[in-house]
Amino acid sequence: MLKNPWKRRHIIESLVRIVMILSFLAVAGSLGLILWTIISRGLPALTWEMVTQTPKGGFYMGKAGGVLNAILGSLYLASGGTLLALLFSLPIALYLQTYLETSAWGRYVRLALDVLWGIPSIVYGAFGFTLMIALGLRASLLAGILVLALVELPIMTRAMDEVVRRMPRDLEQAALALGSTRLEVSLRVVTRQMLPGIVTAVLLAFGRGIGDAASVLFTAGYTDRLPTSLLRPTASLPLAVLFQLSTPYPEVRERGYASALILTIIVLLVSFGSRWISARLNKYTIR
Amino acid sequence: MNSHIQVRNLNVFYGKQQALKEINIEIPRQQITVIMGPSGCGKTTLLKSLNRFLELTDGTQISGQVLVDGQDIYASAVDVTEVRKRVGLLAQRPTPLPMSIYENVSYGMYIHQMRKDKREYKDAVRHYLELAGLWEEVKKRMHDPATSLSIGQQQRLCLARGLAVEPEIILGDEPTSALDPISSQHIEKKLLELKSQYTTVVVTHTLRQAKRLAEHVIFMYLGEVVEAGPAQEVFNHPQQERTRQYLEGLF
Ligand SMILES: Nc1ncnc2c1ncn2[C@@H]1O[C@H](COP(=O)(O)OP(=O)(O)OP(=O)(O)O)[C@@H](O)[C@H]1O
Ligand SMILES: [Mg+2]
Repeated sequence: MLKNPWKRRHIIESLVRIVMILSFLAVAGSLGLILWTIISRGLPALTWEMVTQTPKGGFYMGKAGGVLNAILGSLYLASGGTLLALLFSLPIALYLQTYLETSAWGRYVRLALDVLWGIPSIVYGAFGFTLMIALGLRASLLAGILVLALVELPIMTRAMDEVVRRMPRDLEQAALALGSTRLEVSLRVVTRQMLPGIVTAVLLAFGRGIGDAASVLFTAGYTDRLPTSLLRPTASLPLAVLFQLSTPYPEVRERGYASALILTIIVLLVSFGSRWISARLNKYTIR
Repeated sequence: MNSHIQVRNLNVFYGKQQALKEINIEIPRQQITVIMGPSGCGKTTLLKSLNRFLELTDGTQISGQVLVDGQDIYASAVDVTEVRKRVGLLAQRPTPLPMSIYENVSYGMYIHQMRKDKREYKDAVRHYLELAGLWEEVKKRMHDPATSLSIGQQQRLCLARGLAVEPEIILGDEPTSALDPISSQHIEKKLLELKSQYTTVVVTHTLRQAKRLAEHVIFMYLGEVVEAGPAQEVFNHPQQERTRQYLEGLF
């Protein structure tokens, strides 16, 4: 009855456990290292000026100014892209479920979305750029938003598809049996069941959108001014990081880390926020 | 017999397949009517015809009449939400709404605007939870999710929720088949307690349950009603060969 640790099954069990622990440590360690790098190098340069001012004369040589232009630009780009993606992804997810559930088309659409999900964002950027040249358009906030919406669409749609798919069918019947109208079923029951998942899907896509540099590189351009018009170019945080890190001036590189820190804080806020919101909304959902 | 529901020449098709053939039955007021019959004979279909749930399935065709207090619930001027308010349904599995225990009971009253203020809603929720025999178990956790209850408790919650919209008729499609024996007993006991106030129609697969509950019995076979009448008569002196065979457990 005593356990023999040298039995083959037990050795394998221990080995697999060690592999799992090592993998976990590798991932947790890299995350810690990344955070430590940007915090230790970025925090000293993260002044009030950085988040409240646009680049002043000589900013790129280490003089006055901040990256407010990029912060606002990124928020506009990601919000616009997310909103636009939401406008399309919810109807697509509902259509997939209600009309294409059993047809082959449903499978093709899901496959297409998965392929789109896997395409690198620089390809979206290049695609958008080609289109803009063909139409004779310049880089602008609007073009950036459109391309980001394309990047976010597959992520959001697939996440929502899962949410809609998990909607229990009995639920509608239960509400109808009490004499609800269709509208009451949608607004009071279905929405309540699906909202947490939808919020999570939206914030997931927002997080992806705001950190993406490649798709906005050609399409939104870059400028030291605050974004004021949809048709003008706009700065963004990922590109601010890129440009500042690639200068030869140490002060500016430090600021690059500060910009990265700002971006990281925004992304962390969004993901903690989404967890908090969905945990609160999730309390009553039927699983 | 004082009948509450009369079904006249009811035929139901799912696409081309006929599920109910020329059904003519009367369901007595404020008694428990049990529908019996082998699997696939159309019990659920008959039950769903009584709260207009058949039309939720694509491709169903319904002809004939279902009269509740003499009024055809399929008439074009009838408000289907009113029909379903008057005819409550207890499903096979408990299906709580994605809300708290309290809201599950108040939901129906709320959409039908049946109470005036918060106080009245609170009192009514308590009343119906008591009626369903759940109050003592949940009074301290009204704002917990309904899914935190056990399956048996959830079914009683569904009963309370259904009673709260003040139906005249309660339908049950094998309402205890997903429950453990004790919870089944609970539900059965409640149905017996409530029968003097509600017209109850229950589908069941277990003959013992049928005998415990039924005052009136409808026996179906292959989409037709073979025999219907007072429970004593049907159980003790079945007129039809098929009924006798079913009661003897031959199929
Ligand atoms: N949505 C549907 N589409 C097509 N045919 C259906 C549908 N629902 C039921 N049927 C068919 O109609 C007939 C009656 O079904 P019903 O569900 O009313 O039987 P039942 O007596 O409730 O059976 P059980 O005891 O197994 O629940 C069956 O032959 C069934 O296959
Ligand atoms: Mg059935």
